[in-house]
Amino acid sequence: MNDTAQHTKGKVSGIIANLVIVQVDGPVAQNEIGFIRHGGAPLMAEVIKIIGDKAYVQVFESTRGLQPGMEVEFAGHLLEATLGPGILSRNYDGLMHDLDTMTGIFLKRGEYTPALDLEKKWSFRPLAQPGSPATAGSWLGEVKENNIPHKIMAPFKLEGQYTIQSLAAPGDYTVTETIAVLADSRGNEVPVAMAQQWPVKRAVKAYRNKPRPFKLLETGVRTIDTLNPIVEGGTGFIPGPFGSGKTVMQHAISKQAEADIVVVAACGERANEVVELFTEFPELDDPWTGRKLMERTTIIANTSNMPVAAREASVYTAMTIAEYYRSMGLKVLLLADSTSRWAQALREMSNRMEELPGPDAFPMDLPAIISNFYSRAGIVFLSNGQTGSITFIGTVSPAGGNLKEPVTESTKKVARCFYALSQQRADSKRYPAIDPIESYSKYLEYPELQKTLNEQIAPDWVNRVEELKNILLRGKEASEQINILGDDGVSVDTHLVFWRSEVIDSIILQQDAFDEVDARSPMKRQKYMVDKVLEVAATELSFGSYEEVNPFFKRVIAALRQMNYSEFESEKFKKYEEELRQILGERKTS
Amino acid sequence: METRAFQRIYTKIEEITKATCTVRASGVGYEELAMVAGREAQVVKIMGDQVTLQVFAGTEGIPTNAEVVFMGKAPTLKVGDALAGRFFNAYGQPIDDGPAVEGEEREIGGPSVNPVRRKQPSELITTGIAGIDLNNTLVTGQKIPFFADPDQPFNQVMAMVALRAKADKIILGGIGLTNDDYLFFRNVFENAGALHRIVSFVNTTEDPPVERLLVPDMALTAAEYFAVEKNEKVLALLTDMTLYADALSIVSNRMDQIPSKDSMPGSLYSDLAKLYEKAVQFEAGGSITIIAVTTLSGGDITHAIPDNTGYITEGQLFLRRDTEVGKVIVDPFRSLSRLKQLVIGKKTRADHPQVMNAAVRLYADAANARTKLENGFDLTDYDERALEFAREYSRQLLAIDVNIDTEKMLETAWELFARYFSQAEVGIKQEFMDQYWQEE
Repeated sequence: MNDTAQHTKGKVSGIIANLVIVQVDGPVAQNEIGFIRHGGAPLMAEVIKIIGDKAYVQVFESTRGLQPGMEVEFAGHLLEATLGPGILSRNYDGLMHDLDTMTGIFLKRGEYTPALDLEKKWSFRPLAQPGSPATAGSWLGEVKENNIPHKIMAPFKLEGQYTIQSLAAPGDYTVTETIAVLADSRGNEVPVAMAQQWPVKRAVKAYRNKPRPFKLLETGVRTIDTLNPIVEGGTGFIPGPFGSGKTVMQHAISKQAEADIVVVAACGERANEVVELFTEFPELDDPWTGRKLMERTTIIANTSNMPVAAREASVYTAMTIAEYYRSMGLKVLLLADSTSRWAQALREMSNRMEELPGPDAFPMDLPAIISNFYSRAGIVFLSNGQTGSITFIGTVSPAGGNLKEPVTESTKKVARCFYALSQQRADSKRYPAIDPIESYSKYLEYPELQKTLNEQIAPDWVNRVEELKNILLRGKEASEQINILGDDGVSVDTHLVFWRSEVIDSIILQQDAFDEVDARSPMKRQKYMVDKVLEVAATELSFGSYEEVNPFFKRVIAALRQMNYSEFESEKFKKYEEELRQILGERKTS
Repeated sequence: METRAFQRIYTKIEEITKATCTVRASGVGYEELAMVAGREAQVVKIMGDQVTLQVFAGTEGIPTNAEVVFMGKAPTLKVGDALAGRFFNAYGQPIDDGPAVEGEEREIGGPSVNPVRRKQPSELITTGIAGIDLNNTLVTGQKIPFFADPDQPFNQVMAMVALRAKADKIILGGIGLTNDDYLFFRNVFENAGALHRIVSFVNTTEDPPVERLLVPDMALTAAEYFAVEKNEKVLALLTDMTLYADALSIVSNRMDQIPSKDSMPGSLYSDLAKLYEKAVQFEAGGSITIIAVTTLSGGDITHAIPDNTGYITEGQLFLRRDTEVGKVIVDPFRSLSRLKQLVIGKKTRADHPQVMNAAVRLYADAANARTKLENGFDLTDYDERALEFAREYSRQLLAIDVNIDTEKMLETAWELFARYFSQAEVGIKQEFMDQYWQEE
C-alpha cells in the first residue's frame, strides 16, 4: 500500500456493537486502519469488508455513544507494530500500546500510548561497514537491551538489494534518529532508524530458509521434556477443559523454558492471571541467566473484558514481536492463552457481518487462519547463517471440554505437539494433568531430534522414553482388568504391572508446580529419575498375595517423591535414595 | 424517568418484535437510553436513520404511533452512600418505599480497569466452611460461581458466606429471583442486623426477562463506587446468571443473530467476561469479589452457559448431598478455587496445601473403594479405612454446616489422617509429618 496516497475520509452510517459501517469518499483497502472521531478521542478501527462505497470496520474500542455522521479518517496503512529496542519488560495491550504509561485506573477510549520510549537514548555499536550489501533484516548494528544483544536491522519492508551508504558512529541515539542510510541499485536513498513498522498480519520473511526442527527446548516440566518433548522452533498446543491446569502449565513453561526471549499473549483470558505475571516476573529469576524473568519477557495483555477486536489483533502483535527477535538470531518462546478466545473474536465479527457460518457458527476459513498463524513459528537460518527460532505453544479452551470442536480440530492439524489435559487426572489432583497416552510429540519421530537427544542426554535415551511409555500403557490395561475382574480376580503380576506404571505416573508425570524444588527439573535430573524408576520397574519382586503389593509400592512412591522434593544430589536426596534401596531390598528376589 | 424540554419526540415506529422496536431517528448515539411509550429501552443497532431499540419491559401493547424519546445518555445509576440499606429494581429505582437516592449519576457498564493497575489478590476471605476455606479458599478480588442444580440450597449457602465474609458492603444482584428467595435474602440480612451494609438490585420472576440484562451492571456499578471511591471491600452476589444469559439469547434471537452453541449468542463469552472481570483488587485497598450462581440443568456443565462461565471465573463451587452422612457438602473433586494458591500456606499455616491435597487424594481412594464395593468386589483393609476416613472427613470438614477456623480445620485433618492411615499412605512432606503427625 502506498503510504503517501491521499487519505480517504468517510462518515459513520451504521453501528452494530463494535461493527461500524462507514460511507467512504475514496479508495480504501481491506484491513486498512481508520480512526473514528468521537468527541476528542479518535477510535481505532480496521476495515474487514467493503461493499460499494461502504466500508465495514471493526472498532478496537467500545462504540457506546457513537452516532451516524461522525467523521472517519483512514490511515493509509494496515495494523502495524512498532519494532525497536525497548520492547522487552513491557506490558502492552493487543494493539501494542504501553499499558504502564496510560493514565488512571480505568482504560480510556482512544488513549493510544507509544510502544517504545521515544526519549531514551540507546548506546549503538555498528556491526556492518559502509559499502556492504544489505537486504531486509540485515544486521546493521547492536544495542544492549536488558543485557540481550539487540540487533538493529535493515527494515523488513525493504524489497531487493541495497548498499549501506553510511552508518552512524558508535554513540547514543534515540529510536527515531537515523542510524544508517541505505541505497538501492538506482541510488534511491532510504534513511534507517532503530524503530521500524511492520503490518502484524503478515509474516516476516527476512531469513534464508526454515529447516525441520532438530533441537530440544528444555522446559523443566518432566512430562513434556522426557515423554513428549517440544523443540526449538516447534509448535504445540494444550487443549483442556477449564480447571485442568492450562494456565498453570503455560506459566510454568514461560518461567522455566530455555529461551532468550519470551513473549506471552494473554488473549481474552482472566485479568488476575496477567496480574500474576506482572507481579511475579519482576521478582523471579531466569533459571538460565540468573537475571530477572521480566528482563526477557514481553506481555501482550488483552484480557477478556477488553475490546474483542483488539483480542484478535493481540496474537498477531505477539507473533510479530517474536519474529522481530528471531531475526536477531535469538531463541524466542511465544505463548498464547487462549487461541480459542481469538477464534471466538473472529466468530463474533463474522456473525455481526451476517456471513454464512461454518461449524459451531465459526467462520468458514477458521482452519486456514489457524494453520497460517502456526506456520509463522519455526527455526530459521538467517541470511548471515545464524539461527533464530520461534517456539509456539497455544492453549485451546474447547467448548464443553469436547475435543471434537472446530478450534481444537483445526489446531490439531497444524501443531506438532499435542498436550491433552485430562479432566480425570485433574479431578484426582494428578498435576500436570497431561494425559501421557493421548498426548504426543511428532518431533520424537524426527531422526534429527533423536540424534541430538541421544547425544545430549544418553546414548539410548529415545529407547528409554519408549520403555516408559510402554510401561504406562501396560499399566493402564492392567488397571482396566483390575477394575473389571476385581483385586483378587487377577494375578499378582497384574497388580505389579499396574503399580510400576503408578511409580512412573507419580514420580515422572506428576510434578508440583508450587514446590520450589520440584517445580523445575533440569534434564540431568530428569534423566537420573527416569533411570531410577526404570530400575524400580526392572526389579524382580516377590509377594505372597496381592494385598501386600499396594502398601509396598505406596512406600516406594513416598520415598521417590521425597527425592523429588529434595535438592538434587543433596544429603537429603541421598538419604531417601538409600531408603528406597532398603525398601526394594525387602522384596527383591535375588 | 422525566423527559426534558426540547427533546425530539418520534412517533413513527416501523417494526416491532417481542423485545425490540425500530424507529426512524437521527442524532442518536449507540447504547443510548430511550423511553418508548414510557418504557425504558436501549439502542442496540443503528442503520442509517433506522434505530433499533431493545425494550426492557417487552413490547406488549406498544402501538406504532407510540412516543419515543431519546435521553442522550446510556443507562445510569445515581451512586452515593445513601445506596446502603436500600432495595432497587433493575432500573435502579427504589422498591422499598424509601426516597429516590441523590448522588452522582454514572453510566452503567463502564470501562475496564487497566490490568497493570490491578493488584494481585492476596487477602483471604474466611467463611468458616471447611469445604471452602480448607479446600477452595476464596480471596478478595476473586470471581467464583456456585454451579448448582435448581433444587440445591445455593442461595442459603451464599447468604451465609456473605454474612460471614466480613465485607464492608454486600451488593445483591437478584436476576430472576423468585419472590420467595427475594424475601429470604431480605429476612436473613435483616435478622443479621446487616441491612446497613447491603445494597440490592432485584428483578424477580414477576418482572420482564429482558430487564435482567440491567441488573448485574447496576450492581457492579454500585460495587465499583464503594470499592474505588471508598476503598471498601465489596462482595457482589449475582444470582442466577443462567437467567441473565437466557435474556441475552432472547434479544439476540429477536435481532436475527446466528446462534452458536446451545442457542446462545456467539458473544456470550465476552458478554459474561465483561461482568465477571469487574472483580478486582485495587492498589488502594478497595476490592470487588463476585460470588455468583449458575444453575445447571441436570448437572450438565458442558452447556454453553456454565462452560463459558468456567473459562472466565476463577474456579467454581459445587454442592452435593453426601448420602453416606446425610449432609450437603462442598464437593471436593469438582470444586476449585484458582486463587487459593495465593494465600494457602502463605496467609494460612504452611502445611495447608499438602494437607488439603492429601485429604482429597485419600477421599478419592475412598470413592474408588466404593465403586469396588458396588461392583461386588472384596475390599482390602486399606479400602475399609479409606471409607471410614471419607465418612468422617465429610461429616467433620466438608459439610456446609461446619463453622470453624482454618487452624482447627487443619488439626481435624491431621487427626483423621493419623486415625486411619500410616505416614506413607498419607504421603506429605516429612517436615510437616514430624511437626503435626498425632500418634494415637
